[in-house]
Amino acid sequence: MSVRDEIFEIRNLDVSFELNRGASRVVRDVDLNIHREETLGIVGESGSGKSMLSSSLLNAVVEPGVCSGEVTYYPQDGDPISVLELSESELKRFRWEEVAMVFQGAMSSLNPVMRVRAHFRETLQDHNRDIPAGLERARELLESVYLDPDRVMDAYPHELSGGMKQRALIALSLILEPEVLVMDEPTAALDLLMQRSIVALLDDLQEEHDLTIVFITHDLPLLTKLADRLTVMYAFGIIENGTVDELLYNSSHPYTRALLAATPDLNVPVDEMHAIAGSKPDPVDRIEGCSYHPRCPIADEHCRSSEPPMATVNGTHESACFYHEKAREAVPLRGDSKQEGAVHE
Amino acid sequence: MEDVSVEFNNSNGMLSFLDDSNPVRAVDGVSLDIAEREIVTLIGESGCGKSTLGKTAIGVQKPTSGSVKYRGQDVWEAKSSGNNASIPFSEIRHALQIIHQDPGSALNPNQRIITSLSLPLKKWNPDMSRERREERIYAMFERVGMTPPGDFLNRYPHQLSGGEKQRAVLVRAMLLNPDLILADEAISALDVSLRVEMMDLMLELQDIFDTSYLFISHDLSNARYIAEKSGGRIAVMYLGEIVEIGGVEEIIENPKHPYTKALRWATPNLFDDRDDGEFPIRKIDVPDPTDLPDGCNFHPRCPEAREVCQREHPNEITTGSDGHLCRCFRADETHEYWNSPELHD
Repeated sequence: MSVRDEIFEIRNLDVSFELNRGASRVVRDVDLNIHREETLGIVGESGSGKSMLSSSLLNAVVEPGVCSGEVTYYPQDGDPISVLELSESELKRFRWEEVAMVFQGAMSSLNPVMRVRAHFRETLQDHNRDIPAGLERARELLESVYLDPDRVMDAYPHELSGGMKQRALIALSLILEPEVLVMDEPTAALDLLMQRSIVALLDDLQEEHDLTIVFITHDLPLLTKLADRLTVMYAFGIIENGTVDELLYNSSHPYTRALLAATPDLNVPVDEMHAIAGSKPDPVDRIEGCSYHPRCPIADEHCRSSEPPMATVNGTHESACFYHEKAREAVPLRGDSKQEGAVHE
Repeated sequence: MEDVSVEFNNSNGMLSFLDDSNPVRAVDGVSLDIAEREIVTLIGESGCGKSTLGKTAIGVQKPTSGSVKYRGQDVWEAKSSGNNASIPFSEIRHALQIIHQDPGSALNPNQRIITSLSLPLKKWNPDMSRERREERIYAMFERVGMTPPGDFLNRYPHQLSGGEKQRAVLVRAMLLNPDLILADEAISALDVSLRVEMMDLMLELQDIFDTSYLFISHDLSNARYIAEKSGGRIAVMYLGEIVEIGGVEEIIENPKHPYTKALRWATPNLFDDRDDGEFPIRKIDVPDPTDLPDGCNFHPRCPEAREVCQREHPNEITTGSDGHLCRCFRADETHEYWNSPELHD
């Protein structure tokens, strides 16, 4: 294994909710490393547990959800921080200053009766920062997301378009110079052009501020434009990890491959796109063996009885499938022919 | 053979409208015909007027000027003249149906699915017995793959997933055997992985019921999927106008309008899409619709804009193959545009 600088290390993470119908484990035994200054894309269908996984990075899983396991954060200098054991006041500092989060729906993240300036001021004040200097920085940040600070600072949220609000929120999340930016579906409600603009902008911001970005979405095509590495979640667990090229051109889990085949794509003939058979599992259900076996074309007795561990495909590419070598054959994909050229890039 | 062509001519659902003179012209002088069994997809950014245009097309939004005709009968005249119209308004009303973006808010949360779905049948077929009604609904549910139907129909909306709710809403619209369904961002709220499935279902139902769709989306790859599978057309809308319309092949492979090209660029694809080139618009944000620019609406953002675009408004120009129209001087090789000085920011 290559030695890389980890910023987050997640081990045996579980998140569960107690429901009337029984306990529902919405994150199941997840191990994940996040490298410093990378963009990690977490992709999965709604209800696959991806938002809960990302919330646990800030110990922000909402009540009555219960997190267990280890989430370790490694600051640039200083001792590792065990995020799930932080006290209320330590958490307050940790959030925003080390790790900032941009939630889905910019519309509801901004206070409708506060001007944009007040949002910045409040955040600075709460963290005992120098306010005039902070507001000056806010203006620079707004400019870097293509907003006119003179207009936006004095505007109320309803006076801004959806895309402008989302960009203002990104600027706000960076005001305390965090190391990590966690973004949960930040572009879901936006138009294509705005999505691409924001993606381009995140690239620039990442470079400028040495950010680590964790980007969560069900929009796989968009993610491939932004991420260095992808993590695919299915039914509350991680089923495949790898670089964008490894997953696009050599994905080795039947679910990832089915997901790729179900994604509308302008460059793929319409006859090659297919919906995924079956439907996704209920969080209360306990599926024996591999969670994907009821929908998987190559599942056999082995898959029904035991759970496949994460297996290395090659290098950094891992797949939680007993038959990852056969996945390619079972679910052929458009990208297959391109594999050789792309992987050795 | 003769019969077929006659029928086609007669039943050409002529929908043409001109909308004018509002302070905000959500729809500005648009003409559009939707034929029997045709799928027209309407794409554009939020606020471009695509929903307003759609609602005008199905007769729920009255145009300020211009006319909307259903099989030759003016919809709003039919409404005001009561029984004297050749096609009574009630018949038009139930021939033109709608599916909204958010199926959650389109179903009454306090009623079982079966109750919500029975309502339209009760209203339009008051003589139908309860057994007949339920039989039809059950049969439709079987057809859209929600089996066993009783299981789904006796639940409340919150007990269904987003995809299931959307299918229930589609069934409700289909129960009335409509001629045209307006699908207003009907799949945008679904996971990427469920969109192909939903569009396939819409196409399948079209085969059975001979329905036309006006499919509104902000996503070019979805629009292309459903339009190409059905041999339909794509119309691109920008600030109240259709700026380009044509067959799928023409719009995707040979777009003429710089705005269509920008949308094409902004659509993230998984495969064969590594080289993205320059950002194809000059400004990220859409201009204020209450204060439209002079000349071409797109010129402040257009990378190809020249001096003439600032003062003259382009008309529709036919380009190349049949039915491909474009509102851009560049489609006309002899236009003074080509001698007009380029703009410098």
